[in-house]
Amino acid sequence: MIEVSNLTKRYRGGIAVDDLSFTVEPGRVTGFLGPNGAGKSTTIRLILGLDRPTAGRAAIGGRPYGSIERPLTAVGTLLEAGDLHPGRSARAHLQWLARSNGIGARRVEEVLEATGLAAAARKKAKALSLGMKQRLGVAAALLGDPGVLILDEPVNGLDPEGVVWIRNLMKRLAAEGRTVLVSSHLMAEMALTAEHLVVIGRGRLLADLPTEAFIASHAESGSGASLEEAFMRLTSGAVEYRSGGAR
Amino acid sequence: MSAFGQAAAAEWVKLRSVRSTAVTLAAFAFTAAALGWAASSSVGEGDLDDPLVAVAMGLLVGQLLLITFAVTVVGSEYSTGTIRASLAAVPSRGRFFAAKMAAVGLAVGGAALAVELAVFALVQAVVGDLAVEWTAWSTIEMLLGSWIHLTLLSVFAASIAVMARSTVWPLAILLPVLFLSGQGLGNLEAVKPVVQYFPDQVGQVIMHMTVPGDPQFGRPYGPWEGIAILVLWTAAALAGGWLSMRRRDS
Repeated sequence: MIEVSNLTKRYRGGIAVDDLSFTVEPGRVTGFLGPNGAGKSTTIRLILGLDRPTAGRAAIGGRPYGSIERPLTAVGTLLEAGDLHPGRSARAHLQWLARSNGIGARRVEEVLEATGLAAAARKKAKALSLGMKQRLGVAAALLGDPGVLILDEPVNGLDPEGVVWIRNLMKRLAAEGRTVLVSSHLMAEMALTAEHLVVIGRGRLLADLPTEAFIASHAESGSGASLEEAFMRLTSGAVEYRSGGAR
Repeated sequence: MSAFGQAAAAEWVKLRSVRSTAVTLAAFAFTAAALGWAASSSVGEGDLDDPLVAVAMGLLVGQLLLITFAVTVVGSEYSTGTIRASLAAVPSRGRFFAAKMAAVGLAVGGAALAVELAVFALVQAVVGDLAVEWTAWSTIEMLLGSWIHLTLLSVFAASIAVMARSTVWPLAILLPVLFLSGQGLGNLEAVKPVVQYFPDQVGQVIMHMTVPGDPQFGRPYGPWEGIAILVLWTAAALAGGWLSMRRRDS
């Protein structure tokens, strides 16, 4: 379980996350939705202790991320797929991650196999397509067989086959009783994957409800396009285009 | 394995798994050997009668590559974004920093020791009759001091890169300073009172590049006092890097 309580992150230029509170329950896929720049990535970095909150706290299983021993065995994360050293092979990337948390070398081969990267394991990161980098990011998240998964925009750059693959993977992981938080700016994609939605805009909580309830209250038909419209209506007052980006 | 041991082992895997490590360290070996060999042919002519000076000349030019290596190891974490994965895997900033510095120190320390012994053997062979006694304390002291100088200066540079969170800026500042001092900046009357205490300068006495009493090149500190000053510089840089690592968002 992930608990976010009154989380706030202020930068010199403004506020990225504003008194945000929500809980992510195990056993289902929770979609973390919001327009670009809404504060999704910042929230995830705050949960992982990569950024320090101005106020509030985030806990995973009741503990702040930083106090978890061998955190990769408790929480798997996919941040930006491009966060790789271009000269390091896919296998070596997983090997250093495994070493850092005392995870055996055999597990590296297992996740390479499970993510369809076995044949590309010796390729350097610079030779991997964006879709393969995403798969490598998923492999890294699965490395420690964690009970909690946090995936930031995992379908970015995936081909249709890859999108279906990751959708089914997330559902399976949730069905196994894991906590799965998936961020996206695409409502239609989340409607197909997530059972529960946490919607934010300008760093504030806009909605925290089951996906079905969202569909029932915001759209007439269940088609992706109208869902997207409902999402746009909900977030329209909360979109902020920043020249400096969301970081 | 302890949590620190795991973090350090991961840093070691990172170093070994990119080609730039082997390339940069091989370039260090080649440069130090080539310059040491070139300088050794002048031993016995003019003022130069100490073969250990030829060894030092090779190492002091080669150190530019060690500095480049140390800064790149740290800077690439930030330029490639792997710092986020690193800190998600090792959330304790202090542990991550210590593991990174240990890996840099170990890699540079190992390379520096092997290379300086090889350059020493090469120079000894070239100078023939002028060769020094390798068991003499002055020889052992010079080799030991050079090893400490190269290793600590690299850790110093790596710490600076942590503070800068970049590859380009530390190199843009450190390389010209190191290169200029190789050209004798530390001996210019106007700046010498300050520059002679710079981290790259304080090893010059133990490396036989100067002696305390020399009228032009002399320093007001002895060989081991110079090393002690370098230890202080390195400790200060490590403290700065650690504080920077703890405080800042990534």
